[in-house]
Amino acid sequence: MESKYYNEEKLLILKLTEEIDECTVQKIRRKADYEIERYMPRKVIFDFNSVTFMDSAGIGLIIGRYRIANMLGGTVEIANVTDSIKKVLELSGLLKIIKITELEEMAG
Amino acid sequence: MNNLNNEMKLEFLSKSSNEAFARITVAAFAAQLDPTIEELADIKTAVSEAVTNAIIHGYEEKKGIVKIRCQIINEELIIEISDNGQGIENIELAKQPLYTTKPNLERSGMGFTIMESFMDEIEIESIVGMGTKVTMKKTIKNNSETEDALQFATSCD
Ligand SMILES: Nc1ncnc2c1ncn2[C@@H]1O[C@H](COP(=O)(O)OP(=O)(O)OP(=O)(O)O)[C@@H](O)[C@H]1O
Ligand SMILES: [Mg+2]
Repeated sequence: MESKYYNEEKLLILKLTEEIDECTVQKIRRKADYEIERYMPRKVIFDFNSVTFMDSAGIGLIIGRYRIANMLGGTVEIANVTDSIKKVLELSGLLKIIKITELEEMAG
Repeated sequence: MNNLNNEMKLEFLSKSSNEAFARITVAAFAAQLDPTIEELADIKTAVSEAVTNAIIHGYEEKKGIVKIRCQIINEELIIEISDNGQGIENIELAKQPLYTTKPNLERSGMGFTIMESFMDEIEIESIVGMGTKVTMKKTIKNNSETEDALQFATSCD
């Protein structure tokens, strides 16, 4: 996972770079929490552009970060999901509380 | 022709680092049925759910063997995933969306719901103290236009 913080917008972009399952989610969770607690962003965007696979471990990941970001006064959004990942998100009901947003390929 | 029948078995230690290998292997086996990209993604996700359950609920911290048996009968893919772990006390309850016995580990209780909706059929057999076997079935209609999914398929016989 790569992260980038935009101070002016208080925007934290977390760019996921691997398949998301039980095996990989623990490391992602630790890093994401560290970044969210450090910056206390107004908005966190998970960029799924390089993610080719996600199972229910990803649902827990996003809900967990949503709770933490919320507690610190921020929101969570998701960008660049494939159809199959969207199917998993839809089924879980997550899209009722978390928005899929447009995200241009940011520099860096 | 796609109504060739086939079978494979896979056994591995209950480590979550084996999940990617397990779902990719099943997907590679399924490729001979000419699935669409979407069908292949559905199969991978369902396998990942059942394998994760065997590892984190069936065996918990202990180490055990997860077994997968895949069959192709005509146009149907049958996947059995089993463990010799602790078993499920109440299967009907376990199948409910959002039901989880591990909320503290950020599980969402969506595994069985995903398996049910991504596959055509799912059957769960479990005996407490003995283990769990999940059998999932999916019919793959022959769609000859999906060239990309053919990359693993072989037709040497
Ligand atoms: N192989 C298994 N052995 C023992 N218990 C199991 C097994 N598979 C599932 N269970 C039980 O069934 C419950 C529901 O499983 P399900 O996969 O739907 O949700 P989860 O694994 O808790 O969460 P998620 O899959 O969303 O991360 C689990 O919490 C667990 O108690
Ligand atoms: Mg599960």
